[in-house]
Amino acid sequence: MKENAMSQEMLNAEGIARALDELTDAIHSATTKAPVAIVGIRRGGEHLARRLVSLIKEKYGQELPLGFVDIALYRDDGFGPSDFPKVGVTDIPFRPKEHTIVLVDDVLYTGRTVRSALGAILDYGRPCSVKLAVMVDRGLRELPIQADWVGLTLETTLTDHVDVHLTEGGAEADAVVMTTGGNGEES
Amino acid sequence: MIRGQHLLGMRGVPADTIYGILDTARGFKEVSRRTIKKVPSLRGRTVLNVFYEASTRTRVSFELAGKRLSADGVNISASGGSTSTSKGESLLDMAQTLDAMQADAVIIRHGQSGAPHYLADRIGARVINAGDGQHEHPTQALLDLMTIREQFEKLEGLEVALIGDIRHSRVARSNLIAMKTLGMKVRVAGPATLVPKELCDVYGCERCDTVEQAMEGAHVVMSLRLQRERMVSGMLPSLREYAVEYGINSKLLEKTRHEAILMHPGPVNRGVELAADIVDGSRSVILNQVENGVAVRCAVLYSILGGEQP
Repeated sequence: MKENAMSQEMLNAEGIARALDELTDAIHSATTKAPVAIVGIRRGGEHLARRLVSLIKEKYGQELPLGFVDIALYRDDGFGPSDFPKVGVTDIPFRPKEHTIVLVDDVLYTGRTVRSALGAILDYGRPCSVKLAVMVDRGLRELPIQADWVGLTLETTLTDHVDVHLTEGGAEADAVVMTTGGNGEES
Repeated sequence: MIRGQHLLGMRGVPADTIYGILDTARGFKEVSRRTIKKVPSLRGRTVLNVFYEASTRTRVSFELAGKRLSADGVNISASGGSTSTSKGESLLDMAQTLDAMQADAVIIRHGQSGAPHYLADRIGARVINAGDGQHEHPTQALLDLMTIREQFEKLEGLEVALIGDIRHSRVARSNLIAMKTLGMKVRVAGPATLVPKELCDVYGCERCDTVEQAMEGAHVVMSLRLQRERMVSGMLPSLREYAVEYGINSKLLEKTRHEAILMHPGPVNRGVELAADIVDGSRSVILNQVENGVAVRCAVLYSILGGEQP
């Protein structure tokens, strides 16, 4: 990150809670052909997926199956020459074939992560349909992928950086932070 | 070991790289347990399995690893006299021929120690050592470490009893090097002809007079296959005597910790290195080693060949 980079909180804990509440309602009321299951994209979408499942149970008494997908082996950009590849574990403890899957991620940017996640899920079976829920849509898509439900839409440039900080990930408080004037690399 | 390098042995491979491969292998174990055991990571890459020595589990394991990553694999078995080697072609000639076929990686098993190093210096493809003579067998050491880590998680400080034919074992050599790197304590025992004293000076392990001493309080018991094909006569009085003196049985296993595991690189000479009942017993993780072998080889191939297309 450059020295003159500036960070701004775009959503605080309350804003994230409100956004999650709206996502909860939207997912619950979604008209689908099959039972809904939630799949978080590791690692950004993992905590959000857990929260959504818990909120839906709390609010509607509905217990949705929860899974996680690691996209490392499906990426189209590989990893850098000096990096060690980080391959996580995909865990989908239900049959995709019998479900409408709601994919959950923190930030939707180029669309390549979602494309990879779709590839990984399809290797487990053919879901009835797949929906996408994200906390932040920052635009600048490189593939024709759109979210069905979005917590916050931001207009960004290629050099901006957007982070969703959650307490489960070690943050002091939940927040969406946008940094401008940096190198724009997403984690 | 990172992208674009060879894997010729465990010597010089740092601890964080070893842990990196083991972490990566965890993800691949999950891939192996899926209904569709395939990911697209190495699509379009060509991997040649060149086996100059007989092998079943290592060869099949590498072959499966390549397939699971969607690489195009070609298997060349030079041990049956069915290849150009039987027509007098040298290793270098064969390597250059394979290189000209635009291989991205060559996995080689060879009876001559150092053959993979020789190739690595002369061809463009990445070279992975699948066992060379009495030298090293790095992926076996990695799969052994993965299996141990599944039981104990923290490897540093673990006590390992390495029993049997250490002189001829490339598995032992790679394990001794890697275990020392990770701060594990290895005790070795076996016939004096097969466990030379100077070996312990070189590899930093402790030599015990009896198998019992080596196994006392061990977390891991690793029995090695008697490499009868590599022995000159006179190294063992008889298999029967070896089984009595150095074979591991359930009574000896009681000397270890209650959570200790029993390992063997296979194939096991039942009733010689290990009593038949403990091969299939609750402490045995021999089949876990086989399963982890595919995951580790996936991780090695992915680490070396994966990433951005050049």
